[in-house]
Amino acid sequence: MSFWNDPLKVAADWLLGIFTGWGMPEIAANILIGFLGVLLLISVLMVLDIFLVWVERKVVARFQDRLGPNRVGPFGLIQPFADIIKLIIKEDTTPGGADKVVYNIAPMLSMMSVLILWAVVPLAPKMLGVDLNIGALYIIASGAIGTLSIIMAGWSSNNKFALIGAFRQVAVMVSFEVPMLTMLLIPTIFAGSMGMGAITEAQDIWYVFLAPLGAVIFLIAAIAELGRAPFDMAEGESELVSGYNIEYSGMKFGMFYAGELLHAFTFGGFWSILFFGGYRFFGLEQVNPVLAIAVIVFKAMLGYWIIMWVKYTLLRIRIDHMLAFNWKFLTPLGFTLLMMTALMNALLAGTPTWLYISGMFLSNVVIAWVALEIARSVSRREREKVEGPKQVVEAIHH
Amino acid sequence: MTGEQIVFLVVALFTLGSGFMVVTTRNLVHAALWLVSTLFGVAVAYTLLDAAFLAVVQVVVYIGAIAILFIFAVMLTRKDLLDQGPQMNKNWWFGALLAVSTFGGLYFLLQGWDGLSKTATAIPVGFDAVTELGTELVSPAAYVLPFEVASVLLVAALVGAVYVAFNKK
Repeated sequence: MSFWNDPLKVAADWLLGIFTGWGMPEIAANILIGFLGVLLLISVLMVLDIFLVWVERKVVARFQDRLGPNRVGPFGLIQPFADIIKLIIKEDTTPGGADKVVYNIAPMLSMMSVLILWAVVPLAPKMLGVDLNIGALYIIASGAIGTLSIIMAGWSSNNKFALIGAFRQVAVMVSFEVPMLTMLLIPTIFAGSMGMGAITEAQDIWYVFLAPLGAVIFLIAAIAELGRAPFDMAEGESELVSGYNIEYSGMKFGMFYAGELLHAFTFGGFWSILFFGGYRFFGLEQVNPVLAIAVIVFKAMLGYWIIMWVKYTLLRIRIDHMLAFNWKFLTPLGFTLLMMTALMNALLAGTPTWLYISGMFLSNVVIAWVALEIARSVSRREREKVEGPKQVVEAIHH
Repeated sequence: MTGEQIVFLVVALFTLGSGFMVVTTRNLVHAALWLVSTLFGVAVAYTLLDAAFLAVVQVVVYIGAIAILFIFAVMLTRKDLLDQGPQMNKNWWFGALLAVSTFGGLYFLLQGWDGLSKTATAIPVGFDAVTELGTELVSPAAYVLPFEVASVLLVAALVGAVYVAFNKK
């Protein structure tokens, strides 16, 4: 097997040869190589994370008709390194009355909950940390750890704003976990497996064509899970200053910030894995694993860009609107879509591919249309309850 | 001693230590956080038993839902998070009796069980535990009835919660 077809396997075999040559037992050498692999993946991710700061600032600048960082280095590329140096040399403050241990664990846990997600991301054919057959649940489980880190940060800071921010963020995360888990089950129905590798391999047709509504709901739930606008009432800088991370300074704040950026990029990646074929792009992934990695990074960046587009376009919504939107609209819609998908999948099994795709697509369109019509009539009734019937308003006006 | 046994002992000590901290710490939020680490230790124990599905569900349900709910309940119902009162109430002897008798009963039952000295049979290659579990849960020959009964119970609890919280206009 040549180096270019499977670089990681070749490197692992080479290292195994060296370590056993030093007289290390094979099992210890394998464990050591596993650790080195994790270290490599995390290092690459952290370096990527540094550049995500630059990407985010450049993109928001474009959305707001500015230039963004452009002074330090070409295109301002060295700006994030300057930011990191600034964060590191800042004073590390701990608020009085803070719960020191919990206060210090929270940023680490926040970053960790994002990094462990990458264990199940398939980067190229056969190149993934661990091919868990319960990958979809694993994503939700890491989200649970993220929720815990936020509540720890908010509580241990001994600050009212931080605590309120944490409560809001946890309310958002716990609520939107429900539609997200429901949407994770849709690719599971199509692929017959919850593993990310199997889902990617099964996507001869991108699942976005089979479940466009599912892709949209997953994106909305992912944005809410990230706590980004329009669901950023946890941060609410005009009311809560900065939310759960208000008391953190220096690199501890940097951990939350970098974790959030990497989280957004990661969910862009999961969106592409679940609905846009992951590393697959017209057979390009078979040519070389490096190309496959380039494809998935490109798709993840595209998803990340859409998340940023939403963030910098929409305004923050009120928390009761957010809860009503999730529990009264998104969750029933998600359950309906899931049941419909399972039913159509059973009914259309064995039919020609074009019929299967068009049936799935049409059922999604119909569900989306009916849901929007119901939402419209409900909101019209609500409006009439507050404002009175429309004709009366017009009569007074004349 | 094999590597797996060492890992198990470390995890078991971690879990038991965390469990001990849950009942002895004076700070209720700390107790909830120690409970999280206890539950996490149990999840690791599941992983050691090759039950990855149970491990992940343990994290999702117990840490992601129940422990967060505990923390919320503690934060929203207590004015002061440090409990000043005595740690025991007057039923302590009954709790201790229950704990000791449970331990004694389990010890007695496991005396006659030969599983402690046997090594588990290896899981065959290509065995998909999740698929097996899913099929068993919905097949009439296996566990479909208990599964449905549990579902009905949860729906009843949900309806009850909505009824209690419902604001009659």
